[in-house]
Amino acid sequence: MTDLLVWPILLPLLASLLALVFPRRGDWIGGMASLAVLISAAWLVHSVWDNGVIAVALGGWQPGLGIALRADGLSSVLLLMVAIVALTIGIYATRYFDNAVVRARFWPLWLLLLAALNALLLSGDVFNLYVTLELVGLTAVALGALGGSRDAIVAALRYLTIGLLGSMAFLAGVVVLYAAYGTLDMVALASVVEDRPATWVALMLMTLGLLVKSALFPMHFWLPPAHANAPAPVSAALSALVVKVAFYLVLRLWLDVFTVALHPATAWMLGLLGAVAVLWGSYRALRAPRLKLLAAYSTVAQLGYLFLFLPLLAGLPDGPAREAAFGAVVLFALTHGFAKSALFLGAGVIQQRAGHDRIEELGGTARALPVTTFVLALSGIALIGLPPSGTFLAKWQLLAAAVETGQWVWIPVVAVGSLLAGAYVFRVLGHAFAPGDRDGSALAAGREELPALALALVATVVLGLAAGGLWGFLDFAAMSPGGAR
Amino acid sequence: MLATTIIYGFAGICLFVLGLRGVLLHTTALARILALNVCGAGVFLLFVVLAYRGAGMTPDPVPHALVLTGIVVAVSATALALALARRLREIDHD
Amino acid sequence: MTLANGLPVLILLSSLLPGLVIFLLREDSHRLRTWLNLAGAVIKLILVGVLIWGVFHEQVFETRWMLAPGLDLVLHADALSVLFVTLSTVLWLVTTVYAIGYLEGTPHRSRFFGFFSLCVTATVGLALAGNLFTFVVFYELLTLATYPLVAHKGTPEAVRGARIYLAYTLSGGVILLVGAVWLRTIAGPLEFVQGGILGDIEGLDPWALRWIFAFLIIGLGVKAALVPLHGWLPQAMVAPAPVSALLHAVAVVKAGAFGIVRVVYDVFGVEFLATLNMLPLLGAAAAVTIIYGSVRALSQDHLKKRLAYSTVSQVSYIALGTAIVGPLATIGGVVHLVHQGVMKITLFFAAGNYAENLGIHKVSEMNGVGRRMPGTTAAFTIGALGMIGIPPVAGFVSKWYLGVGAVEAGQAAWVLPVLIGSSLLNAAYFLPILYRAWFRPAPAEWPHEHPRSGRWEMPGALLWPPVITASLALLIGLFAAAPYSPLEWAQLIASREYRS
Repeated sequence: MTDLLVWPILLPLLASLLALVFPRRGDWIGGMASLAVLISAAWLVHSVWDNGVIAVALGGWQPGLGIALRADGLSSVLLLMVAIVALTIGIYATRYFDNAVVRARFWPLWLLLLAALNALLLSGDVFNLYVTLELVGLTAVALGALGGSRDAIVAALRYLTIGLLGSMAFLAGVVVLYAAYGTLDMVALASVVEDRPATWVALMLMTLGLLVKSALFPMHFWLPPAHANAPAPVSAALSALVVKVAFYLVLRLWLDVFTVALHPATAWMLGLLGAVAVLWGSYRALRAPRLKLLAAYSTVAQLGYLFLFLPLLAGLPDGPAREAAFGAVVLFALTHGFAKSALFLGAGVIQQRAGHDRIEELGGTARALPVTTFVLALSGIALIGLPPSGTFLAKWQLLAAAVETGQWVWIPVVAVGSLLAGAYVFRVLGHAFAPGDRDGSALAAGREELPALALALVATVVLGLAAGGLWGFLDFAAMSPGGAR
Repeated sequence: MLATTIIYGFAGICLFVLGLRGVLLHTTALARILALNVCGAGVFLLFVVLAYRGAGMTPDPVPHALVLTGIVVAVSATALALALARRLREIDHD
Repeated sequence: MTLANGLPVLILLSSLLPGLVIFLLREDSHRLRTWLNLAGAVIKLILVGVLIWGVFHEQVFETRWMLAPGLDLVLHADALSVLFVTLSTVLWLVTTVYAIGYLEGTPHRSRFFGFFSLCVTATVGLALAGNLFTFVVFYELLTLATYPLVAHKGTPEAVRGARIYLAYTLSGGVILLVGAVWLRTIAGPLEFVQGGILGDIEGLDPWALRWIFAFLIIGLGVKAALVPLHGWLPQAMVAPAPVSALLHAVAVVKAGAFGIVRVVYDVFGVEFLATLNMLPLLGAAAAVTIIYGSVRALSQDHLKKRLAYSTVSQVSYIALGTAIVGPLATIGGVVHLVHQGVMKITLFFAAGNYAENLGIHKVSEMNGVGRRMPGTTAAFTIGALGMIGIPPVAGFVSKWYLGVGAVEAGQAAWVLPVLIGSSLLNAAYFLPILYRAWFRPAPAEWPHEHPRSGRWEMPGALLWPPVITASLALLIGLFAAAPYSPLEWAQLIASREYRS
């Protein structure tokens, strides 16, 4: 049963090598591997659902010396999200890349990214977190530069430099931790960590690194150019998955490992940055001239919402209210993952059909590409946080937690952020519905429109109406029973 | 000796800060990449110091293993950065 | 799944599924689309018939689905929801017939009827919502479903109107959401219970409750077009006539008013609310809206705009009824939910017919239209007389109960002047139209006349809906005391809302 933890990492890694050796078979290898990863991820969730936390010491080396892999509710559910999104993006990618050379470069990197994401989610010790974080960053940069335009290269180089600084800071934090406690295993750390300066320094360094990686305001500046200039399938993965796993680490470290050192003031700081990110990101999205840039700024804003949950989680005592808020932050992250990847794929379809993605000139899109317009609308609903999307439920719980803890200040932030999101989403839809000079004959849904539709439906219908079991699952399979959550 | 540890540790921190300064202040790609490597060397040095358990004792193997991994990661990152920088130069020269 | 917990879902599905299928239809599959539309509407009507029968015999219909911890999607049928469900179902069927006739030969009909069905689904969901959370869900869905309908024509004017509509309703939605979350957090699950629930909960801060009530009413007041939140309504009349009819009579405006009724009676409880001293504020808002809407209607030459301001005024009778503590006023407010809908939809159908048949958009162009289009104009006349409150049309019954209720509650001093003043104003903006239509000579040429075909003044699909709804307005006024009449339901509701 413990083999379950190895497959989501091993399968894409091997497939990546295969795709490198057989570049012409990339589509086939990539598709099969993504499907296999999805099956293994689903199996993993199923077995965590039955048995609770699963852990394995690789090669029989015990933690301390060896590498530990662990899956709990949080990591397995994110793993499943990554697997579904990756498979869908992969299917779209087979249609998107018409240049054989680019396509041959895409698949090995893509599968490597998938392996790195999965390894990060399953890692049980902080040093491996560093390695996988770096691996995710490097493959993401390489994928982002695939387009080959000057803008893309400049953005990728900046992304790489900033990302490396972030991981250096993270690594320095790891050094401090090892010096102070002599172990890097997260479960072991959680039991020995004390509230003292060494812990604070380590936590600060690691968090700083993760803030850069998760593009929290004011460290967000690298994200919009990098995400807007990458090829559409890559942008989708960058916005939906890559920044999301950095946020996963923030949650994991703060709520599972460093619980004792979590001071309300620090959580408030991050909450405030999140609030500014919500407002600034949404405002910039409203001003964005291009659809993909809009989507990228919207990612900055949506990550801000995730950080708003931190002061609330820090302020809630253990109990149902805190469980509700914790499930909500996870649901928010999941919904954003699906909605944002759908939006980027939709933008990719428009860009390829129309030759541009300038919002002002989208007239006629609704007639020429009704399915894609529907995708924009559905993912927009999830970004605004309207029912029946998962974001609506998450926002409800976010507001409820703000009332519960008396942290009223977040309520106007959420309200204004939602209205700004409404403004930027319907700005796009308004232009899309306007009459245009586009040819109206292509009414039939193109096959390249369907992956985005599937993702948008998951975000706006499935996660809104059928995610009721998530809370119980997260609570049942928590890594530290009776601990932080 | 304790003093040795402190000297090396302090040197590590200095390198880290120097590198950080370089990344933030330089505008050319190559200088930034070099500065990042200085930064990384500082962190690795800290790991090496950590392994030291006193004269005549075998050093702690774990930090050494970590440093090796870290160096491999840093080398590949540098390679990618250099490749991107070269590509950028090619585009600008055309 | 038994009938008791499946029926509310089936009622939703009877418009949701046809709507989804219609989206997928090709533009030219005209007959299939019509067939689906009508089948859905008729099936819904039959299911609602079963529901009425069951609720009358005190059977409990409830569907519950957990979306998140503490947040259940609940569909539940009580007397009030049955009243609103029946109204929307009957008027949906009529409006569907009208819309099929009205949009014949225009583009994007699959899109239109798809959203049309979603709009009705949201309205019915709102009517059947069993707690405040579910209500908020459907309230937001209604916003989403109506936006494309308002923007349907795609002209810059339509897109602008839709944008204003959206700006108002989304802002209102956010304010409603904040109020609902706040109340949910301090008071637990907000199941709608006749007589209210908050009065029984100990230890609630009255000031918090006052703020929450204000948030909820502002959020609902946007859709209910309470002054000064009414700005979107005159703008949204750029929508096609069947959409305006639905918006003003059933879906959006009525959703806001229905929400106010729910919040006042089934969340707070009107008697508990009276102890918080919030009812006078609501009453004042309603009174100002009633008078303001009527005054603005006076000066509108554009017919649909005049009707829009008339809606602003008339819907607030419902809010006025809730603001007066006493069963008779409650009856007046609740029954007006139905009466205003039936009368206003008649007026909008007629306005659509004038525009469609003769190109008449303005009141000043209506001279002599009564002889050219007698059926439509007769329907319009009944609707207008009802709005003024002339017996035996239904509007009279509402106003009578409101007035008597105010006297009973000792509030006559301010309610009666509002009622009388607004009735005079109604007469002042409706009677000149009737006079022009029937007694002024027709012009030599109509603004944009359609060639006449067939026996009647209009195609049947356009003529019969206003005639039917006008007859309904007359019948429910004449037979207000009959069993199963809206008035009787309103009395049933009122008898359950008061504990003392």
